[in-house]
Amino acid sequence: MAEVTLHATPHATPAAHAEGHQHPIKLYLVVWGWLFVLSTCSYLVDYFNLQGHLRWSLIVLFMMLKAGLIVAVFMHMAWERLALAYAILLPPLLLLVFVGIMVFESDYTLLSRIIFFKAGA
Amino acid sequence: MTETVLTNIEKRRTTTVGWQGIVADWSSDQRAFKNVSWGKAMMWIFLLSDTFIFGCFLLSYMTARMSTAVPWPNPSEVFALTIAGQHIPLILIAIMTFVLISSSGTMAMAVNFGYRHDRRKTAILMLVTAAFGATFVGMQAFEWTKLIMEGVRPWENPWGAEQFGSCFFMITGFHGTHVTIGVIFLIIIARKVWRGDFETERRGFFTSRKGNYEIVEITGLYWHFVDLVWVFIFAFFYLW
Repeated sequence: MAEVTLHATPHATPAAHAEGHQHPIKLYLVVWGWLFVLSTCSYLVDYFNLQGHLRWSLIVLFMMLKAGLIVAVFMHMAWERLALAYAILLPPLLLLVFVGIMVFESDYTLLSRIIFFKAGA
Repeated sequence: MTETVLTNIEKRRTTTVGWQGIVADWSSDQRAFKNVSWGKAMMWIFLLSDTFIFGCFLLSYMTARMSTAVPWPNPSEVFALTIAGQHIPLILIAIMTFVLISSSGTMAMAVNFGYRHDRRKTAILMLVTAAFGATFVGMQAFEWTKLIMEGVRPWENPWGAEQFGSCFFMITGFHGTHVTIGVIFLIIIARKVWRGDFETERRGFFTSRKGNYEIVEITGLYWHFVDLVWVFIFAFFYLW
């Protein structure tokens, strides 16, 4: 019965939806500020020429924090139903499997190149 | 009346949370994304597919870089600029990053003002977003020109591994195209907001449907996604 009422009034859904997204502007300004801080941090990683594991872990950390803020707040994913959030956020994790496959593949290619093209060209 | 019924539905729905809620939504009748309009759901699904496209670009870049026996050009030096006698590494890319983040900030506020039916502020913020986007594309054009003048080609460059050029032009070119499309999209929607299409329920030119302010949010989703992709390109291509 309730579902029938919902479908009978197609304009009701966006209206109810609109009410759910009345966040104060301050929230967006705070997130904006954090994105600036995080971007500055990742730029400083390069500016101070940090190297090795410290560089990689800092770059990935700042990247994930920025991506998280953008998706959760700017794209409103934090307020979506889990059925949508999981449907969108879980599939990209498959890329990590792809990364794993390609790491093996490129290690093998590099090994072949080093063995058969010693000059490195 | 309608609002009351809706509130009741919302209350009943929020009682099932977590995995049980997901299973309930997905196994339910007719639609899995309960309170999400088709337009928004489709934009999310498009963005998911675009994620895989950019994912494949970054993966092929990773593979090229890991498998070459020739040293990779140092992006910190390649993208350095000399401003007022100061040699600053990666400065142009840093400015581009801040420009794009600022555009995301103005876009998020435009969405908010849209739902408040503040036409003026929404349209102005969307046009500011578009201006930031156009600035970004302009800086990218400058960067491309500079690199091409220095002899970077998809098949060679003066500093090291040949694959650098093809990865650079492919990834930043595809991203720049996305930004350009976003700017056009923003201007079209900003015009509709300015004209008051969503207040007078004017029908769309192609679709003949009445629009509403949710289109501002959907445009925003696309725009934030473009910013999101840049976060990953910045980290993996320029900083790594």
